[in-house]
Amino acid sequence: MPKDGGIGASTKRREDIRFLTGTGQYTDDINLRGQAHVAFLRSDVAHGRIKGIDTQAAAAMPGVVRIFTGADFEGIGGLPCGWQVTDRQGNPMQEPGHPVLAQGKVRHVGDPIAAVVAETREQARDAVEAIEVDIEELPAVVDMKAALAEGAPKVHDDLSSNLCYDWGFVEENKAAVEEAFAKAAHVTTLELVNNRLIANPMEPRVAVGDFAPHSGDSTLYTTSQNPHVIRLLMGAFVLGIPEHKLRVVAPDVGGGFGSKIFHYAEEAFCTFAAKQLKRPVKWTSSRAEAFMSDAHGRDHVTKIELALDAENNFTALRTETHANMGAYLSTFAPSVPTWLHGTLMAGNYKTPLIYVNVKAVFTNTVPVDAYRGAGRPEATYQLERVIDKAARELGVDPIALRRQNFVTEFPYATPVAVEYDTGDYVATMDKLEQIADLAGFEKRLAESKARGKLRGLGVNCYIEACGIAPSNLVGQLGARAGLYESATVRVNATGGLVVMTGSHSHGQGHETSFPQVVADMIGIDANMVEIEHGDTDKAPMGMGTYGSRSLAVGGSAIVRATEKIIAKAKKIAAHIMEASADDIELKDGRFTVAGTDKSLAWGDVTLAAYVPHNYPLEELEPGLEETAFYDPSNFTYPAGAYACEVEVDPETGKVTIESFAAADDFGNIVNPMIVSGQVHGGLAQGIGQALLEGCVYDENGQLLTGSYMDYAMPRAADVPFYSVDHSCQTPCTHNPLGVKGCGEAGAIGSPPAVVNAVVDALQRAGHTGVTHIDMPLSPSRVWSAMQG
Amino acid sequence: MKLTDKRVIAADRDTVWQALMSAEVLQQCVPGCQELTGSPEDGFEATVVQKVGPVKATFKGGVTLSDIVAGESCTITGEGKGGAAGFAKGSAAIRLSDAPEGTLLDYDVEAKVGGKLAQLGSRIIDGFARKMSDQFFDRFKQVVEGPAPDDAGAEPSEDAESETKSWGKRLFSR
Repeated sequence: MPKDGGIGASTKRREDIRFLTGTGQYTDDINLRGQAHVAFLRSDVAHGRIKGIDTQAAAAMPGVVRIFTGADFEGIGGLPCGWQVTDRQGNPMQEPGHPVLAQGKVRHVGDPIAAVVAETREQARDAVEAIEVDIEELPAVVDMKAALAEGAPKVHDDLSSNLCYDWGFVEENKAAVEEAFAKAAHVTTLELVNNRLIANPMEPRVAVGDFAPHSGDSTLYTTSQNPHVIRLLMGAFVLGIPEHKLRVVAPDVGGGFGSKIFHYAEEAFCTFAAKQLKRPVKWTSSRAEAFMSDAHGRDHVTKIELALDAENNFTALRTETHANMGAYLSTFAPSVPTWLHGTLMAGNYKTPLIYVNVKAVFTNTVPVDAYRGAGRPEATYQLERVIDKAARELGVDPIALRRQNFVTEFPYATPVAVEYDTGDYVATMDKLEQIADLAGFEKRLAESKARGKLRGLGVNCYIEACGIAPSNLVGQLGARAGLYESATVRVNATGGLVVMTGSHSHGQGHETSFPQVVADMIGIDANMVEIEHGDTDKAPMGMGTYGSRSLAVGGSAIVRATEKIIAKAKKIAAHIMEASADDIELKDGRFTVAGTDKSLAWGDVTLAAYVPHNYPLEELEPGLEETAFYDPSNFTYPAGAYACEVEVDPETGKVTIESFAAADDFGNIVNPMIVSGQVHGGLAQGIGQALLEGCVYDENGQLLTGSYMDYAMPRAADVPFYSVDHSCQTPCTHNPLGVKGCGEAGAIGSPPAVVNAVVDALQRAGHTGVTHIDMPLSPSRVWSAMQG
Repeated sequence: MKLTDKRVIAADRDTVWQALMSAEVLQQCVPGCQELTGSPEDGFEATVVQKVGPVKATFKGGVTLSDIVAGESCTITGEGKGGAAGFAKGSAAIRLSDAPEGTLLDYDVEAKVGGKLAQLGSRIIDGFARKMSDQFFDRFKQVVEGPAPDDAGAEPSEDAESETKSWGKRLFSR
């Protein structure tokens, strides 16, 4: 029987009312009295030396307030990187400077050179065109392997090369892995590209800087998943503003998918310029700017090898990856191909020996950072593709090969430094076989064949490390931040609650699901609970929303704060009812003295807290407000099995997704409807990566996919009706909710399913030479593969 | 983007070479050229209006002649900045040789674009570069040979036509 409230209920998303009726308050809706507008002059060459910037003509244009260049930022900090990776020799990564406006050199198309502040946006844009920049174009490096070649042009002259780091994991296992390969009965090798993606949230980035001369306080309104961290990074490292003089507000945010985690130059610029000019300064990205200034995602080139024994047990795994960093290190870029990727290479399998090598490379392209899944999709894709290839080479059923190698006992310590607390990979695979009706595949295959279409089935598993994570662990791994979360629960006198959380919501439905948790704990209607987020002046601290961590970490902090509230409220109730606090029970919003008929309503107790006439003033402070910080003891490990069926048109190579089934284990579930929605969105993005999306640069570093004419986003017609199931639940053992996180799963698990299915379709049609096609599987690529 | 092609021009090598070295001829032959000043030795300043797919822009830039081997070969390089539209660069390496019909002109063209032109127009750049170079060398051939009697009015623009006649007349009357 479905619940109608509390944990486990598919409560409709309360925030959707304002989103769907056009009353959301996004950053671009913020217009401050007296604000000026900024437009950036961006480099149209990928690599060049700035020989001169003439702003004289531009400065005389109508409405121009002031023009800023890199010279205005001399002596001011650059954009910091939040994660330091240590290389195979134990040395820190090469870390270049990242100025707010280019100094001396431009390093990618879109690199900001100058900024015009003017009375209107149009005037600012017109004046940008009047700036004369003399740039000596330098040879650009675009291809990662070419960038590492001897004598390649250097993106950063002050670094020894374009190599950011050469990371080995686990370095101590390298020799043992090589020995296992030497002894293997079978080795399967696959080389592949994980295509570069552009996040493309519906809302482009916006920043509004404000400065209050009377107090000396700065405020930044920004499209961020991560306002507290922006305050810390921008305040401490770029502009030198202490946190108590700086407020960062991220109001309604229209999607981020990772690209709004990071601290961007435009945010620092608007905050800086507002203080300089003593008036608000606003920037709204155009879609064209978003393509060349939002951090990109993925872009790995990988060789993976899987060793098996004579019984088809996985004995070792070895990978070599080149990971593109772009021209600068974006906030969390170094962690993505390393700790969010290497640690997941065990997948769902008990492979005893694993060695991962990653070379991170600077190129004259937009910085690359986390994008929905961040490292885990790259790990899953290569692993699940090589297993599929191995099954084909060995002539065994790919599902059976996976089942044979599943981890079945938990907790399980992988050879890549993480410990899976719970899971049941057999159960999710059983569930998948059922919901995808795999037994009926042969019949559907025959039907497709009768229509002249090539049908294929692709199946894969995935595991991800979510709910990041224990601060002490990530600190050892190079994170320069903690990864806890905080919550303040404020109970008002008449019983309503405001929960101030550090977890930002930009589409995830926190305003609905978090109240379900609190309401369930107290036994009140969820409508009595309001969520406040996205304002550094409200929540005590926040580490942001990414890595599917909001409910697992942020939700757990809310649970802890609510537990404190309940404990205090019970003491108040005990005093009023002249009983011991240990005897007070809270159920359905009433405090009862156990074994008696004495009871008090929730509202009676909350009123007493603020009107403390009959109150234990010697023992308790008045009021009812509590704060908790929660730092998890481990990652969470959602896992699942996905199946995709495709049809390929043998004449054109066009792939259509006929069905897609996802069986996920997310542990306990607070709102099944929201979870399904998260999976649906993730699947659409994964299918987009597999079939449509690909960011392309030419050999000179020119961005060729700079609009939706050339960058293909998935549309409704490109995706099927999904079959999703999350009834397999092995609750997380270490957070109070037993939840694992669901935001990224769809994007992590779906690309290999699609590619496995297309290869399967071609193989079944007799194209036995086709063992792999790189994403996106465009008609032209699939057709070319069929031609041999 | 690279392409190679050739034209046979019904004129002797010396005539063809002199035309190549002429600012007047260049201005007539560069498609969309509004203004061209300067000399082969010091280079030319040019203003060119062109539409590439969705982007129409006025390009200001220079045209230079280099690798000059008199009567044999040279490279014409053009580079224009189109403001917000980005930039376009192109070069044509030209070789002359004798042919039964007059002079054989071989050329290798390289073109590249940057900024918004690349971001919005990458799919049509190759076709655009081919069109530009075809137009350039077709016009060049016409300018040097002079309009065929039955070809009058087939010129791309009336201005170009009148200038073509006057330039051709002057050259051949010398």
